[in-house]
Amino acid sequence: MMQEGLDDGPDFLSEEDRGPRAVNVDLQTDATLQVDISDALSERDKVKFTVHTKSTLPNFKQNEFSVVRQHEEFIWLHDSFVENEEYAGYIIPPAPPRPDFDASREKLQKLGEGEGSMTKEEFTKMKQELEAEYLAIFKKTVAMHEVFLCRVAAHPVLRKDMNFHVFLEYNQDLSVRGKNKREKMEDFFKNVVKSADGVLVAGVKDVDDFFEHEKTFLLEYHNRVKDASSKSDRMIRSHKSAADDINRIASTLYTLGTQDSTDVCKFFLKVSELFEKTRKIEARVAADEDLKLADLLKYYLRESQAAKDLLYRRGRALVDYENANKALDKARAKNKDVLQAETSQQVCCQKFEKISESAKQELIDFKTRRVAAFRKNLVELAELELKHAKVIFYYTWLSISDSIKSVSQPAVIGSPIGWSTIGPVSSGFGRCRPSF
Amino acid sequence: MDPSLSVSDITSSTKPLSEASSPPVMDLLSEPASEASSAPMVDLLMEPASEGSSAPMVDILSEPASEASSAPMVDLLMEPASEGSSAPMVDLLMEPASEASSAPMMNLLMEPASEPPKPDIDPLADIINDTPLSEGKTPVAAMPQEPPSDLFDDEPSELFAEPRQSNTANDNYNEHPTDIFTEEAITTLPSAVSTVSVNSKTNGVHSDEEEPDIFAEATVELSLDSPRNDRKKKEAAKPSASASAPAPSVSASASKPQPKTLEELIIVFHSTGDGMNAYMAYKVSTQTTLPMFRSKTFTVRRRFSDFLGLYEKLSDKHTLNGYIVPPPPEKSIMGMTKVKVGKEDNSSAEFVERRRAALERYLQRVVFHPSLLQDPDVREFLERDDMPRAHNTQALSGAGFLKMINRATDSLSKMTIKMNESDVWFEEKLQEVEAEDQQLRKLHIMVDSLVGHRKELSVNTGGFAKSVAMLGSSEDNTALSRALSQLAEVEDKMEQLHQEQAASDSFCFAELLADYIRLLGSVRASFDQRMKTWQRWQDAQNMLQKKRETEAKLLWANKPDKLQQAKDDITEWEAKVTQYERDFDRVSATVRKEVLRFEKEKARDFKKQIIKYLESLLQSQQQLIKYWEAFLPEAKAIA
Repeated sequence: MMQEGLDDGPDFLSEEDRGPRAVNVDLQTDATLQVDISDALSERDKVKFTVHTKSTLPNFKQNEFSVVRQHEEFIWLHDSFVENEEYAGYIIPPAPPRPDFDASREKLQKLGEGEGSMTKEEFTKMKQELEAEYLAIFKKTVAMHEVFLCRVAAHPVLRKDMNFHVFLEYNQDLSVRGKNKREKMEDFFKNVVKSADGVLVAGVKDVDDFFEHEKTFLLEYHNRVKDASSKSDRMIRSHKSAADDINRIASTLYTLGTQDSTDVCKFFLKVSELFEKTRKIEARVAADEDLKLADLLKYYLRESQAAKDLLYRRGRALVDYENANKALDKARAKNKDVLQAETSQQVCCQKFEKISESAKQELIDFKTRRVAAFRKNLVELAELELKHAKVIFYYTWLSISDSIKSVSQPAVIGSPIGWSTIGPVSSGFGRCRPSF
Repeated sequence: MDPSLSVSDITSSTKPLSEASSPPVMDLLSEPASEASSAPMVDLLMEPASEGSSAPMVDILSEPASEASSAPMVDLLMEPASEGSSAPMVDLLMEPASEASSAPMMNLLMEPASEPPKPDIDPLADIINDTPLSEGKTPVAAMPQEPPSDLFDDEPSELFAEPRQSNTANDNYNEHPTDIFTEEAITTLPSAVSTVSVNSKTNGVHSDEEEPDIFAEATVELSLDSPRNDRKKKEAAKPSASASAPAPSVSASASKPQPKTLEELIIVFHSTGDGMNAYMAYKVSTQTTLPMFRSKTFTVRRRFSDFLGLYEKLSDKHTLNGYIVPPPPEKSIMGMTKVKVGKEDNSSAEFVERRRAALERYLQRVVFHPSLLQDPDVREFLERDDMPRAHNTQALSGAGFLKMINRATDSLSKMTIKMNESDVWFEEKLQEVEAEDQQLRKLHIMVDSLVGHRKELSVNTGGFAKSVAMLGSSEDNTALSRALSQLAEVEDKMEQLHQEQAASDSFCFAELLADYIRLLGSVRASFDQRMKTWQRWQDAQNMLQKKRETEAKLLWANKPDKLQQAKDDITEWEAKVTQYERDFDRVSATVRKEVLRFEKEKARDFKKQIIKYLESLLQSQQQLIKYWEAFLPEAKAIA
C-alpha cells in the first residue's frame, strides 16, 4: 500500500489545477467554515479521504481538525439531507459518484499477464499509460467528493446541519453500513413510484410562470446535458486511444531507429522523440478535456437532477395542497371533519409556500452557479487547448526544420538544438505510483 | 535573409572562374521572384561537388538554420510556458502561427534549402561553363567518364545516380519547405527536371553505352491523376506551364545542349462498365523528351491488371539478375467490390484515390530505376495503344495457383539451402532487412490502428458537437448559450480536422509503410536469387567433382573408350562452373548495388514522406490554435 499524497503528487493534469479543486461550482468561500480533502489513501477496494475542516463556528470544539471518511459516509450524509423534510425546498447537492477503479485495475492485471509476450519497452509504456489513467481517476474521485462537501459548506442552511457537523468532526468511524438488499429493493420501488408520480406531477400546470418555465427548461436541459456528457466521454475515450497509439508508434520507431546508425535511423529516432512528446501532450489534451468538459457536464447532469428533484417535491406539495383544498371543500359541503381538513389544508399550504419560497432562490442560485462554472471551465479549456496545441506545433515545427536541415546536410544532425535541451514538459509520473 | 545578399555571394565567387557564362547565372539568381527555379538548379549542380568539398558548406548550412530556428524557439517556448495570462502572449504566438504561410516561417524553412548551394557555386559553375566552352574535352567531362570505366564497380551508379539524387534531394530542399505552407510546391519540380536534363545531357554525351539509362532516370517524372481530384490536376497543369519558363533560361546558361528528357506522366482514371463487370481504367499520359520514345506526348489507357502484368513481366526478367523490381499495390477484391457495389461511398472514393496514388508511386519507382526504364516492356506500357490484355493476374486463376505452388517450392528450397556465406556484408544486410521488415509490419499495424482511432475520434467529436449545439439551444442564459453554440462550431471544425489528420496518417504514413513492406519483399527476393545462383554454382562444382572421380576411375580401370567422353564432360562442367561462378559474382554485385540504391531511395522516401506527414500535423495544430483563439473571447464573454 502506498500513500497518495495528492497535494505533493505529480503534476499530471496541469499546473493550474493547484488551486481549489472545486472547479464545477462557484462558491463564495467564507472563512467561518472551510472544508477540503487534504489527503486521500487508496486501499484495495476503497478510498479513504482525509476531510480537513477550518471553522470559527462555535459549535465545533476546535478551529481546525481532520477526520478520515469513506465514500459510504458521504452517501449517508447525502441521504440524510434528502430524507430530511426540512430541506425539501433546497437543491440537495448531488452525491459524489462511487470510486471506480475496476476498469483500470483489470487492465493492470491484463498487463501483468501479458508481461512475457512484450518487450520491456512496450511493457514500460503500457505501465505508464495505466498509471496515468489510474492517477487521473483517483484525482477525479477526490475532486468530486470535495465538491460535494464544499457545496454543503457553502449552503446557508445545509451548513448548519447536525449530521454534517458530525460528519466533519466525529473522529471515529461513523459505522454507516451500505444498504442491504431489502433496503435497496425499497429504494428501487420508491424510485419507480417517484418517477411515475413525477410524470403525474409534471403534467399539472403550474400557477407560477417562473416555475412553469423552470420545469420545462430543466426537463430539456437535463436530457441534453446527459447526452452531451456521454458524447464527451466517448470523444475523450477515442482521443486517449489515439494518444496510446501514438505512444506505441513512438516506441516502434525507436526500435527501428536503434537498429543501426545510418542517417535514416537517426531520423527515425528523432521522429520517435517527437511522437513521444506529441503523445504526452495529446494525453494531456484528453485529460484536460476530461477535467474541464466531461466532468463539468457530469456534474451538471447530477445537479440538474437534484434541481429536478426539488421541482418534483414542490410539484408534489402543490398537488397535495390542491387535494387538501378539495378535501376541505368537500368537508365543508358535507360539514364533516371540517376542522381536520382545515388543519391539513393549512399544513399543506404552509409546506408548499415554504418550498416555493426557498426553491425560487435556489433555482436562481443554480443558474448563477452554472453560468459561472461554465465560464470558468470553458475559458480554462480554451486556454489549455491553446497551450497544448502551441507546444505540439512548436515541437513539430522544430522537428521539421531540424529534419530538413539534416536532409540537406547529414553532417549537422547533432545540431545545437538538441532534443534534450528543450523540454518544458516533464511527466513526473515516476515519483508517485498508486498501489493496486 | 534576403536573396540579394546571397546573390552577391554567388556572383563574386563565380566571376573569376568563368566570366563568359556568369551573367546568365547571375540573372537567374538575382531574380528574387524566380527563387523556385534558381534554387533547384543550384542544388542539382552542387550535389556532385558537395561530395568533394563538403566542409565549408556544412558550416554555412548549419549556421543559418540553427540561428534562424533558435530565435523563434525562444519566442515559442516562452509562450506556451506562460499559460494563465492570455492576451499578449497569444498575439505573439499567433504571429508565426497564423502567418505561417507568409514571410517569417517560410524564410526560416526556406533558408536551409536555398542557402547551401551558394558556397558551391564555383565547382558547379565549372561544370556548367566548361562543358560548352571546351566542347567535351575538359576535366569535367572526363570526370564522370573515368570512374565508371575502371576503379570501382559500384561507383558509376553512385556518381550518376547523383543527378537523380539531387533531383530528389531537391524535393527535400525546396518542395518541402514551400510545401509546408503552399500547395504550389510542385512548380519547383519541373524546373528541377529540366535542369537535371541539362546536367545529365552534358555528362551523357561522353558516357559509354551503359550509362545513358542511368542518366535518364533523373529525368522522368510521373504523376497519376484522377479526374475527381481537380486540385491535383490543376497543379499538374501548372508545372508544365511554368516549366517552360525556367527551362530556357537554364539552357541559356548552360548553352548548347537542349534539355531532351523532360518527361511527365499524367494518369487519369475512367470507370467503365457496370456492376461486377465494371473496371477502372487509368489514363497514362506521358510527356517526354527522351529520345527513346517515339513522340513527346502520348496517352494510353491501362487497367489495374495491366500494371500487375507489367510487374510480372519485369519480375520474370529482372529478378533473375538480382534486381529489386518494385512491386505494384496488391489486388484488393474487397475494396474493388465495394467500389463496384456502393458507388458513391466515401470509403470507396478513398480506396480509389489510394490505389491511384499507389499506382503512381509504383510506376514512379519503375521509371526511376535505371535498368527498368530501359526495358522494352516499360516502354510498351507507356507508349503502346493496344496493349494486349494482361493475363494470369487474376488472384484465383489457374496460373495464379501455379504461381502459388512455385512460391511454396521456392520457399521450401530456400529453407534447405544452407549457404556458407563468404561475404559478411550480405549476411548482415539480410538480417537487417528481416528485422526491418518485422518492425515495419508492426508499425504499419499501429498506424492503421491510429487511423482507426482518429476516425473514431472524428465521428465522436462530431456527435459531441451536435450535443453541445443542442445543449446551447436549451440553455437560458444568452451569453452561455452563445458560447456553447460557438463551442459546438469549434468541435465541428475539429471533427473535420481529425478527419483530415486521419487521412494524412493513412496516405502519408500507412501507405508509405505498406509500400516498403512490399519493397522489402522484393529485396528479399533478390537476396534469394543470389542464393539460388550460388546453389547452382555449388551444384555444378559437385557435378564437376563427380565427373573427375569418374575419370579417375576410368583411368584406373583403363577404359580409354569412355575416357574421352568423361574428359568432354569435365570440360563442359568446368565451363559451366566458371559460367555459374561468374553469374554468381555478377548477381552478387547487382544485389549489392541494388540494395545500396534501395537504401538511398528508402532514406529519401521516408524523410520526404514523414516530413510531409509532420507538415500535416503542423497544419492541423495551427488550425486548432486558430479555432481555440477564436473561441476564447466567446468563453470570456459569458457573464
